[in-house]
Amino acid sequence: MNRIVQFFHKTVSPEYFYWLSGKLIPWFIGIFVVVLAFGVWGAFTAPTDYQQGESYRIIFVHVPAAYMSMLIYVCMAVAGFIGLVWHIKLAEITAVASAPIGAAFTALALATGSLWGKPMWGTYWVWDARLTSELILLFLYIGVIALYNAIDDHRKAARAVAILALVGVVNIPIIHFSVEWWSTLHQPATLSKLDQPSMHPDMLRPLLIMIVACTIYFPGILFMRIRAMLLRQERRSRWVARLLGEEGT
Amino acid sequence: MSPQSAFAPLPAIIRRDLLLAMRRRGESLTPLLFLLMVVSLFPLGLGPDPVKLGASAAAIVWVAALLSVLLSLERLFRSDFDDGSLEQFALSPCPLPALVLSKVVAHWLVSGLPVVLAGPILAMMLNLPGHVAWTLLHSLALGTPILSLVGSIGVGLTVGLRRGGILVSLLVLPLYVPILIFGAGAVQAASGGLPSDAHLLLLGAQLALALVLAPIATAAALRISMS
Repeated sequence: MNRIVQFFHKTVSPEYFYWLSGKLIPWFIGIFVVVLAFGVWGAFTAPTDYQQGESYRIIFVHVPAAYMSMLIYVCMAVAGFIGLVWHIKLAEITAVASAPIGAAFTALALATGSLWGKPMWGTYWVWDARLTSELILLFLYIGVIALYNAIDDHRKAARAVAILALVGVVNIPIIHFSVEWWSTLHQPATLSKLDQPSMHPDMLRPLLIMIVACTIYFPGILFMRIRAMLLRQERRSRWVARLLGEEGT
Repeated sequence: MSPQSAFAPLPAIIRRDLLLAMRRRGESLTPLLFLLMVVSLFPLGLGPDPVKLGASAAAIVWVAALLSVLLSLERLFRSDFDDGSLEQFALSPCPLPALVLSKVVAHWLVSGLPVVLAGPILAMMLNLPGHVAWTLLHSLALGTPILSLVGSIGVGLTVGLRRGGILVSLLVLPLYVPILIFGAGAVQAASGGLPSDAHLLLLGAQLALALVLAPIATAAALRISMS
């Protein structure tokens, strides 16, 4: 037990994590590129939809982006909770670093959704339940980023962000269901019926591969952001000076 | 200190805040005036057609009430933060969430309750039928306390900042979505001749949840702002 605690403490120390993540990032990005290549190949060779024609192929970007937008919010809240409770600097930084990535995926999901809406519904934007809740999710992300930027002290800002993320995570189910009951025009969730998917396996396979690709992409890009933030916030500490000194010589 | 005396300051805080509001009557009336002005802007924008106004009256009054509560939130902790009373609250043996709750109750009595009472009257000016205005009164009475409670979290996070006002609306407005949906939805259902109980019950559930959780989050936020 003591060993695990020791290992944990070592891993979350900024210096060790900087080193470890530097080793891990190439792996994440490498695997991501390979999986992405498979996914893209599958997306373009999947059979044409009998109703939606070729334009359904945007699903291979849209669904992973929407999935990531929610996954990252949960990651952000969990990291924020850990940071608040145990005062772990790395967890606080993780929460803050997740927000822009999540916002980007949310914006991507919204953009692809509205591009898909044009040929399908005949309009770029409808006030339907899932588009609206995705838009509100984007607002929540923007709030988190704006709050972090508004507070000068990094640690204080990170703790404030953690509280906001936790409040958001309590509210997301409420927002989701309220918007769901308010109006619905969107097709029912494609992937919710796990026992018997409503998609053809040839279409489902590339979609799942794309979701895996995005899930691997997230830690890779997250670690890059965390490393940059660690360097900036720890710039007065000895290990950064040593690191930069080594690279300088 | 016995548990009774630990909670003794709560009524005192409510009384003090109400007294302060009475001394600054002009400032306390601002949310109400804001509500009146925003509501009267809509007929100018939409046109004086009574049918069109009656159909959108619930949404207009709800959005205006939401914005007027948001506007008044800024004052919730501002003066206590500036003069250091908030730090004394944080140091006192009384739990900070309980103190926060009493501040929010006082704030709602000053800026929420007038909106609840004036809202249905304004809606009737917008040609909302009388029995539907009754539902609007219920939905506002259940909904505006949630607005104050959830808003207090945003204020707690931004109270130490120079320009917190606009940030509060950015943080809090997405969280207001369910309240607006069920609040305006109750009135929409009632004007369609449908029962509005479900909407009101869901609003009540949100109020119960916010009463328990929001003061804790606000207290944590205030501790960070004061650190």
